Amino acid sequence: MGLVLLLVIWLITLVSTYLFIAKTWWLPVGASAAAAGIDHHFTTTFILMGAVFVAAQLALGWFAWKYREGGASSKGAEYSHGNVTLEALWTVLTIVLFVGMNLMSRSIWASERFDSAKPGAVQVEVTGMQFAWYFRYPGPDAKFGATKPELEDASLGSAGALGLDSNDPASKDDVVSGVMVVPVNREIEVILRAHDVIHSFFVPAMRFKQDAVPGLAIHMHFTPIQTGEYEMACAELCGLGHYKMHGIVKVVSQEEFDQWLAAREAEKQ
Amino acid sequence: MATHEFAAQAHAHAAPQGFIRKWIFSLDHKVIGLQYFFLALTAVLVGMFLSLLMRIHLIWPTVPLPLLGEIKPETYLSLLTMHGTIMVFFVLTTAPQGGFGNYFLPIQIGAPDMAFPVLNMLSFWTTFLGFVVLLPAFFVTGGAPLHGWTGYAPLSALQSAGPGEGLGADLWIISIAIFCIGALMGALNFITTTLDMRAKGMTMMRMPLTCWAWFITAILGLLAFGVLLSAGILLLMDRNLGTSFFLPLVTVNGQLTGHKGGSPLLWQHLFWFFGHPEVYIAILPAMGLCSQLLSVFSRKPIFGYKAMVYAMLSIGFLGFMVWGHHMFMSGMSPYTAFAFSIMTMAIGVPSAIKTFNWLGTLWRGKLRFTSPMLFAIGFVSLFVTGGISGPFLAQPVLDIYLHETYFVIAHFHLIMGVASIFGIFAATYYWFPKMFGRMMNETLGKLHFWLTFVGAYAIFMPMHYYGMAAGLRRYSQGTEVAWIQHLLPLQKFITIAAFVTIASQFIFVFNLFWSMKKGKKASDNPWEATTLEWTTATPPPHDNFGGKTPVVRNGPYEYSVPGASRDFVMQSDEEIKKKH
Repeated sequence: MGLVLLLVIWLITLVSTYLFIAKTWWLPVGASAAAAGIDHHFTTTFILMGAVFVAAQLALGWFAWKYREGGASSKGAEYSHGNVTLEALWTVLTIVLFVGMNLMSRSIWASERFDSAKPGAVQVEVTGMQFAWYFRYPGPDAKFGATKPELEDASLGSAGALGLDSNDPASKDDVVSGVMVVPVNREIEVILRAHDVIHSFFVPAMRFKQDAVPGLAIHMHFTPIQTGEYEMACAELCGLGHYKMHGIVKVVSQEEFDQWLAAREAEKQ
Repeated sequence: MATHEFAAQAHAHAAPQGFIRKWIFSLDHKVIGLQYFFLALTAVLVGMFLSLLMRIHLIWPTVPLPLLGEIKPETYLSLLTMHGTIMVFFVLTTAPQGGFGNYFLPIQIGAPDMAFPVLNMLSFWTTFLGFVVLLPAFFVTGGAPLHGWTGYAPLSALQSAGPGEGLGADLWIISIAIFCIGALMGALNFITTTLDMRAKGMTMMRMPLTCWAWFITAILGLLAFGVLLSAGILLLMDRNLGTSFFLPLVTVNGQLTGHKGGSPLLWQHLFWFFGHPEVYIAILPAMGLCSQLLSVFSRKPIFGYKAMVYAMLSIGFLGFMVWGHHMFMSGMSPYTAFAFSIMTMAIGVPSAIKTFNWLGTLWRGKLRFTSPMLFAIGFVSLFVTGGISGPFLAQPVLDIYLHETYFVIAHFHLIMGVASIFGIFAATYYWFPKMFGRMMNETLGKLHFWLTFVGAYAIFMPMHYYGMAAGLRRYSQGTEVAWIQHLLPLQKFITIAAFVTIASQFIFVFNLFWSMKKGKKASDNPWEATTLEWTTATPPPHDNFGGKTPVVRNGPYEYSVPGASRDFVMQSDEEIKKKH
């Protein structure tokens, strides 16, 4: 029985570790400025915790076989209540490991979340509602127009869904889109809002995720560094249509972005 | 200790006569323990059935099922809500603490019963009522709620937010509130019993680690369930009385709801203030039990008894300071995230100490691979596997990506689900002879272990890969989002593994009921263990020790003592002379 335990535990450990290392299923290629740092820390954590996982499982299997009753090494059990030195040793080691790992990632978190977007960032307001995303750009005046809950009417199109107040001069040049288009290599300031329940804006390739909470306007930022179309999806249970609340983040060159925005402005007039 | 004797006498009560007093409204902690156990067994069968439906839906979303028809996306969400609620409350909280804790805490500390037998009876029937209120949610208009077991507002607070958010959601909240009341009564009873009812010589530091675990779990329960109860009442008011505790100005489909000024994050803070300690409420009893079993079946004292006690105390203490790690992406201040992250990583330290000590207990032991021992070893393996994914999620910078993916599902199922369930299985195989006077079948027990152990890994290991590839949880169908579509083969594999693993649980159910009638007769101490429950008759008499109050002279894990006549010295045996 001890041998079977050893074989099964070792086999499970080695097969699952192999499937991690083979990266058959892994994070998608990163496309934002922060992705490399996050991925690096992911790999560091993965190696450290993977070593702990393999060591502990191998030891467990090994002990099960070696100290089985009737086995060669098991004439009698040792009468021991433990070892204070060893306890102290592994306590210190785990503290160093866990706290150290945490401190290593501190600067990434700080630059992602403590600092706000720098002046000159491209502003996009992202609004989630059951079960769609809307993306609003402030237009040439760089000001978002007022929205009013009582004006919300999705049958009037995207601007209607947000309840955009057409009497507010700042709203005249606001562009509302069903697709998020952003220029490459520019910092994007995202302002997250939700109308009804909590949604979460998740773009795996950007390593970006943030809940959109009714009643709050949450300011975040990220910098795409690679052009292309990246799928995004809702990552907070928001109701029966949660699974189909997804969309596209289109990262284009600055020129294409300017053209796209100008074309949307022209459509409005 | 005069006070202990006084307490013991004050609560002694005559053995009941008649079926109803003996088996239904019993005051006997052993009967109440069995009632909790069978309630949890019923609940786990329901919860498991719901997970099976979920697994089927995930790979064949449109296939009609016999009697049930096609599972719609909203039905899938109801299934996951009810699965989580039933498993967390009525299985993982009910069986280890209410079931085995009730049955064995008093016996292991040498008491005739719990401190408050009537309260004990009430706490069981309250819990039972909670379960009875929950199940009809499936059958009311709109069905069961779809807001997940975490019930985040505003989804859970607005009747118009989706099907299931009507009467079904009200029943869900009321059920949990009732459960909280039962759990609070139970917690008071456990704490008082541990502090006041210990037999002569049973100092705190001579208590079996199981008793420490139940004691600490009760303290956590007392502090956590009160908060959840209050939060539930506030949510019920938001839903039905027009208050706005958790609701800011929200519109649903462009319609104003009339609420304003509340905070959705308040619900999350209150819920996770309960929710995180709840994880430890589920796992601590299993930790205590598996520590005990590894010592019994290694024929060796537990490695580092004191370290184990302090580790459990620090896990309990730190468990109340980490709730924010569920909320890194919630819009909570990013500065608090850093504090919550450090505290969470700190919990890894006592958890690692426990793992080292379990390995240390096996080291140079004389291992007997009985069914309970196999499940205890399986517990250690699963605890390690579920544990090492913790530091990923505890670091906000990695949680940005992993939050709400299957990586989280893999993590908490392994550590608080499967590991705890392994604790429950180990406890059942271990204590069955004491509870029913017969042994469970060992061959079936081992078969059950191997299928469940490999099956659990086959189900939950691939979920890590699914999550790392950004596979999102609570998605009823993976057909819409391109990157999730690619992961369908993993889901298929998981579903097949789930089928086999769930089917093999019927080996356990069969063994349980078959052994009650046909199992080999058990002696009073079949495992040659040292704690007090093995000194008394099998099954124990109404007052546990047949009128004799035990006197404790030894620690709980004295195995292979040099010079002793046999390889174990019981707690009530002559005192072991310590060499100085």
